Amino acid sequence: MKRDSLILFLLLPASLVICGCQTMLTATEKVTTQAESIGMIHPSYAQAIKKSTGAVSKSIEEFTPEQEYYIGRSVAAVILTKYQPYTNQPANQYLNLLGQTLAQASDMPEIFRGYRFLVLNSDEINAFATPGGQIFVTRGLLRCCRNEDAVAAVLAHEIGHIQLKHGIQAIKKARITDALTTIAAESARALAPNEVAMLTETFGGAIMDITTTLINNGYSRSFEYEADNAAQTILRRLGYDPNGLVEMLMVMGKNLKSGESGFAKTHPAPQDRIDEIQQKLGIKYSRVRTPDARQARFTKAVGKI
Amino acid sequence: MSRVRTFLLAVLFLCVFCLPLFSATQEFLSVQVKEGQMRSTPSFLGSVMASLAYGDRVELIEDKGAWKRVAIRGGKIKGWVHMSALSTKKIALRAGTADVQTRATSSELALAGKGFNAKVEAEFKNKNKNIDYTWVDRMEMLAVKPDQMHAFLKQGQVNPPEGVAP
Ligand SMILES: [Zn+2]
Repeated sequence: MKRDSLILFLLLPASLVICGCQTMLTATEKVTTQAESIGMIHPSYAQAIKKSTGAVSKSIEEFTPEQEYYIGRSVAAVILTKYQPYTNQPANQYLNLLGQTLAQASDMPEIFRGYRFLVLNSDEINAFATPGGQIFVTRGLLRCCRNEDAVAAVLAHEIGHIQLKHGIQAIKKARITDALTTIAAESARALAPNEVAMLTETFGGAIMDITTTLINNGYSRSFEYEADNAAQTILRRLGYDPNGLVEMLMVMGKNLKSGESGFAKTHPAPQDRIDEIQQKLGIKYSRVRTPDARQARFTKAVGKI
Repeated sequence: MSRVRTFLLAVLFLCVFCLPLFSATQEFLSVQVKEGQMRSTPSFLGSVMASLAYGDRVELIEDKGAWKRVAIRGGKIKGWVHMSALSTKKIALRAGTADVQTRATSSELALAGKGFNAKVEAEFKNKNKNIDYTWVDRMEMLAVKPDQMHAFLKQGQVNPPEGVAP
């Protein structure tokens, strides 16, 4: 009898948990969040725990890297209807060597088919990053760079947009819900032709949402500062001078013409970005000095672009 | 009666509190990218010792922030993989196979090739004939290999500081 009541006493909290799955979920979430906030677990791992707990009841769905890759391909194709590629092989090769190396030092080194870079034949100061890892930089923007550290900063900022999933967040919520509902049905069976048509329409809408944001409207200022922040981290991890970004922005400030399309329209003013970087990250500007070998290859590849 | 009840309750107790502990000791993750890299150390500077294919199941053996130490081929090969290459979901490579249909909850499955895929892209292309994918396809060929990256850093005297994560 005594043993019985002891066991029952121990079981009391257990039965409370069993009473409602909801309670259990909330409790796990709470504990995970607490553990995360006091640094017991890495935020990303905490995210994984929350996610796997969520899967018990209703999974918190999102696009797979494979789907982001396909979104990216079409966003890239739309960008290339408005901008011509700059088909200079040494320049594109240099950009890919530098950019793909930088991506390895980011918080998202692995995406479905890796990062790819291409120069756009335009005087406009502009750059685009798709959720699939395709990154475009105009000749106009590369002309704001006086050394490799500055080019690295430009590319790292774009990698930052991908890492922070800014492109995906430009898709209207209702569209994401539509897509994920159809895709969830697809998990159980093959899609009917009308469902494929519906999914394609949603896909087209998502591509439009992203390209409109990238080309016309721009992201919020806070997204831009977040991308600058991520860029600083990437530069530091590899050993590039974080002042590369500040220096590039100083030249951009001189080269930008107000009213022009591109960064003049879609990004905060260069001086605002410099202020933000210097205030938030406590960087004091000093001139970037790069080794001769690095400067030589920069000049050869994109120095006279 | 009371003993049976106690026994049942005890079993229930074990199930609720101890099972998660047991299952946590053997955790599997899926490779969610076309080609995942397994490195010798938990760093982007670690040498690439193996490449993993989309959908591969790996066993988690150690967790170090964004880097997971995993085992493949029944523990024969162990190395570090960045978490961005991994998913907690099972990835079934072919839809419509028996394997997929017998799994209880489709919500835990992220099916490869589902949703926005090559087929949807082809339909989208069909409706938008002005959109040209030639250069998008060409860009894919501009892949840079890990040893080229190392050489690039060395040649430009770019020196990653020691002990920087990841
Ligand atoms: Zn930006």
